[in-house]
Amino acid sequence: MRAVGAALRSREAAVALVLVLVVAGTTVLQPGFLLSAGGWRDLLLTPSLVAVLAVGQAIVVVTRNVDLSVGSVLGLCAYLTGTLFAAAPDLPVVLVVAAAVAAGAVLGLVNGVVVAFARVPALVVTLGTLYAYRGLVLTWAGSDRIDASDMPHAFLDLGVRQVLGVPVLAIVAVLVLAVAAHYLHTSRAGRQLYAIGSDPDAAVLYGLPVRRRILTAFVACGALAGLAGVMFAARYGTVSSGAGTGLELTVVGAVVVGGVAIFGGSGTVLGAATGAVLLVTINRALPVVGVPDFWQRAVVGVLIITAIVLDRVLADRRARALARARDVRNPQEVAR
Amino acid sequence: MTTVPAHGSPLWRRALLTREAATIALLVVVWSVATASVRGFDGPLTITYLILDITPVLLVALPMTAIVVTGEIDLSVASVVGLSSVLFGLLHQAGVPLPAAVAGAAVAGALCGVVNGVLVAYLGLPSLAVTIGTLALFRGLAVGLLGTAAVTDFPRNWTQAARATLGGTPFPSVTVLLVAAVAVFAVLLHGTAFGRNVFDMGRSKEAARFSGVATRRTLLVLFVLSGFVSALAGVYYTLRYGSARGDNATGLELQVIAAVLLGGVSIFGGRGAVHGVVAGVLMIGVLSSALRLEGVTVNLINIVIGVLLVLSVVSPRVVAAIRARRPARPPSTSLPAASPSVQ
Amino acid sequence: MKFSRSVAVLVAAGAALALTACGGAADDAGGGDGVTVTMLPKNLGNPYFETSTSGAEEAAGELGLALEEVGPETSTPDSQVPFINTSAQQGVAALVVSANDPRAIGDALDEARAAGTKVVTFDSDTDPEFRDIFVNQATAEGIASKQLELISEQIGGSGEIAILSASANATNQNAWIELMEAQLASDYPDIELVEIAYGDDDDQASFDKTAALLQAHPDLKGIVSPTTVGVAAAARYVSTSEFKGKVAVTGLGTPNQMREYVEDGTVTAFALWNPGDLGYLAAYAASALVDGTITGAPGETFEAGRLGEFTVGEDGVVLLGDPFVFDASNIGDFDF
Repeated sequence: MRAVGAALRSREAAVALVLVLVVAGTTVLQPGFLLSAGGWRDLLLTPSLVAVLAVGQAIVVVTRNVDLSVGSVLGLCAYLTGTLFAAAPDLPVVLVVAAAVAAGAVLGLVNGVVVAFARVPALVVTLGTLYAYRGLVLTWAGSDRIDASDMPHAFLDLGVRQVLGVPVLAIVAVLVLAVAAHYLHTSRAGRQLYAIGSDPDAAVLYGLPVRRRILTAFVACGALAGLAGVMFAARYGTVSSGAGTGLELTVVGAVVVGGVAIFGGSGTVLGAATGAVLLVTINRALPVVGVPDFWQRAVVGVLIITAIVLDRVLADRRARALARARDVRNPQEVAR
Repeated sequence: MTTVPAHGSPLWRRALLTREAATIALLVVVWSVATASVRGFDGPLTITYLILDITPVLLVALPMTAIVVTGEIDLSVASVVGLSSVLFGLLHQAGVPLPAAVAGAAVAGALCGVVNGVLVAYLGLPSLAVTIGTLALFRGLAVGLLGTAAVTDFPRNWTQAARATLGGTPFPSVTVLLVAAVAVFAVLLHGTAFGRNVFDMGRSKEAARFSGVATRRTLLVLFVLSGFVSALAGVYYTLRYGSARGDNATGLELQVIAAVLLGGVSIFGGRGAVHGVVAGVLMIGVLSSALRLEGVTVNLINIVIGVLLVLSVVSPRVVAAIRARRPARPPSTSLPAASPSVQ
Repeated sequence: MKFSRSVAVLVAAGAALALTACGGAADDAGGGDGVTVTMLPKNLGNPYFETSTSGAEEAAGELGLALEEVGPETSTPDSQVPFINTSAQQGVAALVVSANDPRAIGDALDEARAAGTKVVTFDSDTDPEFRDIFVNQATAEGIASKQLELISEQIGGSGEIAILSASANATNQNAWIELMEAQLASDYPDIELVEIAYGDDDDQASFDKTAALLQAHPDLKGIVSPTTVGVAAAARYVSTSEFKGKVAVTGLGTPNQMREYVEDGTVTAFALWNPGDLGYLAAYAASALVDGTITGAPGETFEAGRLGEFTVGEDGVVLLGDPFVFDASNIGDFDF
């Protein structure tokens, strides 16, 4: 009983449990969802992209900021990937990936500079760049698009190839997650991100390099959105100017569901990534179990609201428990 | 307006130097440039279409102004517009008389506001997170109820009424509704005790509560108003475009927030005025209209709106920073206003 | 707040600059005082309309028209209306539009016609009362029976098939699907239509929808997608899955998007008319309306350059011709 309680208090475990239930339930109704080769692959492959975005978003959200421009950054970088391949089909894949990630980092840097130096709320800045970056893609791409035939097979294969039954893109997502988790959990800079998020004023007074850290967070988020853009191009094989439109909602939803507090200071990238896998998998499960997929967004909304209400209830309960513990201890102290 | 000493300059000068005045001046400049250099902008249809286009944005921006002044935000408005549009269409399809369908949609919108209001005001949850959730939820309900189908068989006299002009003038009849709504919100926000409470809450919720403001009830009322007005905008949207669809008005919240901030409302709460927001809405409308007339497609309009939004919040900071470096002046205000926060 | 003056000047200068800069560019593009025609596709960034617009530009060059393409990002009627309004404001001679809804844009079209603009619909029609001429790519019966012919051939005349359509209220697709359902019932008793899915003419949605279809119906033998975005996404999914060679994919696609999948064997054959010719004919019809050669009454005839003479049919419909089948033997001859 206590183990169950502890597991439920760990948001990562709770979300993972829900995920397992969703997969199990869907598989019972439609065995191909998990047990066919394609089902197994899609289960791992489809969420990879959103998971990478969610990891980047989580890094920003723990600093009590938010990046709404990730969908537009993804679109720009995916189109860049396709354009580079179309212009020079012989470019090494690694180089193109690096270029797209760098482009994403630059876009993230723009967000970060405005947020950190002009001290403007991230919500407003990234709402603006969400528009502006999307406008850039649309202006650049016009009504052109990148088709599968514009990109080399070696690259497109990355979107479907598997190593020991695990899709390459899923491996990429796991690596990103591992590196980010390690950085946030153990490095001094990573811990400072949490400190900044839990009390920005105190962080300034304590002398933490607040601006530099916030800049780093936005650059990381942009770079990961750029990487997600490459993954988009490899996975879908077609990039139009609308690629990634509206993804920011799913990503912020995934982060919140995964237990990263929207007001910063707590939560893990593992939780965010698990939240992303959960949201995407629910989206995929609904049509398979016969619920018209039009309801997907409503389900996502309910999940987000449930997650924040749950957070509040648990936080209140913890606060009450602490207060009770103090009240119990104090009389003894008085008696002593 | 804290930087202007009470005894400093005469009233007219203070009125001219407000943030709102800046937006209005900018609007006049943009309008003049458009009239002078954009072919077709001085035509009679421009005003008609401009007002028809900005109506939903302006309607939704009014309660949004009050909400942002309290330091909160409502990102779910466009989804409420979409949901009420769908409900209006479905009620019509089910044979409900149109006036009753309007009432039904309005009630649904108010209920959406109740959901947001209770979660934010009574559970104390961050409005940003709550309304991102309800943005998804309400849009999901709208799309779920109607799929990608559309209801389009509204009576011609209703759809034409939504676009008709007031006899002989270029002004659409909906202008009357807009003027009334602006007047109501201007009085509510700037001329009543309720409005003073809203501003007090924006400066400090704690202080407002201690001085006896019913902060929870005020917030709830604002969110309900926001839902209700968004639903009216949804009905208008449906009739103007002759179709009730689940994806109607997707992304409208971005234009609304851009207009509100462009109009000089502080995202940190406590400051803003209705006339500035009206100017902000008009600015986005005029820019879009002029750029479209120039044959510029939607993409450049979005870049301009995005850049304007960022500029409108960044430029006061930059100017303040420059001024703070001038040796003649005492260092401006207090601490570097916390560090950037989500809201 | 004295700084607001500087703010105003700063922002005003930027905005004015943007306006005048665009003004200059557009004036150059406008090109003289010739007859102006506005081309308004369902949305931008769609290769199908890209091709139809180049066809219209070719015709405009021959006729000396000033042609301008505008359009929304997403294919919804409400986003199309402002562009129709703008045409009315500009008083263009003719508007060539592919309607996102048969009724919703009717009032706006009426206003444009009241302002003296001739309205030609192409590709997707409105109710006849809202336009002067509809340039039809092929009869709905012809399109429906051609696709059934193709799928029946490819799956050997019996088994389960599914349809992957555009959006649920797309005028064309719904008309074709209705006819296909009727013909299936009467002429193909052994073929069962198990599901109609909607990919909203969005790559990612269509791709994921294909995955869901294949999982929900393990015995599926074929997918018919009567939309260029859908058929390419379906082919891409199938070509990278274990269903390649087992599940037939056909429908309406453009050669450039489908080349890859015809070459790798995923797709045997698919159909389409030439969208370039469609745009070309629509521009000629617009010009004939403007110079008074035709009014939209049945029986009138007009010349359409390299395509020859056309006759206006019932309800003001001009028919381009029969759908064309592309396969491995001829796909190399086309580039659009």
